[in-house]
Amino acid sequence: MPVAEEQSDRLRQFTHGDLDAFEALFREFQGEVYRWIGRIVRDAGAAEDLTIETFWRIYRAHARFDPERSFGAWARRIATNVALDYLKRARPQESLPADFPATASPNPGIQREVRERTERAFRQLPAKLQVTAILALIEEEPYKNIAEILGISVGAVKLRVFRALRILRKTLEQMGIEP
Amino acid sequence: MNKQSDDKIVDLLRQSIPPADAELQRDLWPKMLGRLQERSAALPWFDWALLAALALWLCLAPGTIPVLLYHL
Repeated sequence: MPVAEEQSDRLRQFTHGDLDAFEALFREFQGEVYRWIGRIVRDAGAAEDLTIETFWRIYRAHARFDPERSFGAWARRIATNVALDYLKRARPQESLPADFPATASPNPGIQREVRERTERAFRQLPAKLQVTAILALIEEEPYKNIAEILGISVGAVKLRVFRALRILRKTLEQMGIEP
Repeated sequence: MNKQSDDKIVDLLRQSIPPADAELQRDLWPKMLGRLQERSAALPWFDWALLAALALWLCLAPGTIPVLLYHL
């Protein structure tokens, strides 16, 4: 059976609640979902738990999935909502875990105190602004992709980034950091 | 507020919080399976509602208990 046909067959079986099809999809997409959530929450333990929560929601919503559409994009949208719920619950005072893998280390030229204050200021942003800002400004995801994932317009993404920057500037100034 | 100031904040952010690069270190399927089994073992809400209705009925009409036991 050709790969595309096999995939399409698996998606159709998944929509009927087939556990084997779900397992195959889980194994194929768990890494991608984990990476995506990790980029938002930046905590390895939380990212694992939220990956499970995402697939639990996916499993419950199997009947609503359209097998003609991309499973990866659907999973990413659900993962973003799960991460958003997590950030809403997280205490803003908590700093980001230092051991989360990043493409580079924080710039050693910046004083540790400035870095910690910047992180704290970022964590104080409302969850929706935090997700948008982290994807747009830090991960440099295209605005169009962010809009699709969050289910909002590109204009709304730009507005959220603008608001996030305005709040960040104000918070940093209150913390004695003049950007 | 100007673009230069925004750019400085973005630079500060990127230097403080670099882009993430995390790979999943283990297979999460066993954990997922545990979650699925845990949830499927749980009683659905309508079963709880039925039990609650039965308990209420027995409290309000204790005389029906022998009738119920006879039919069980």
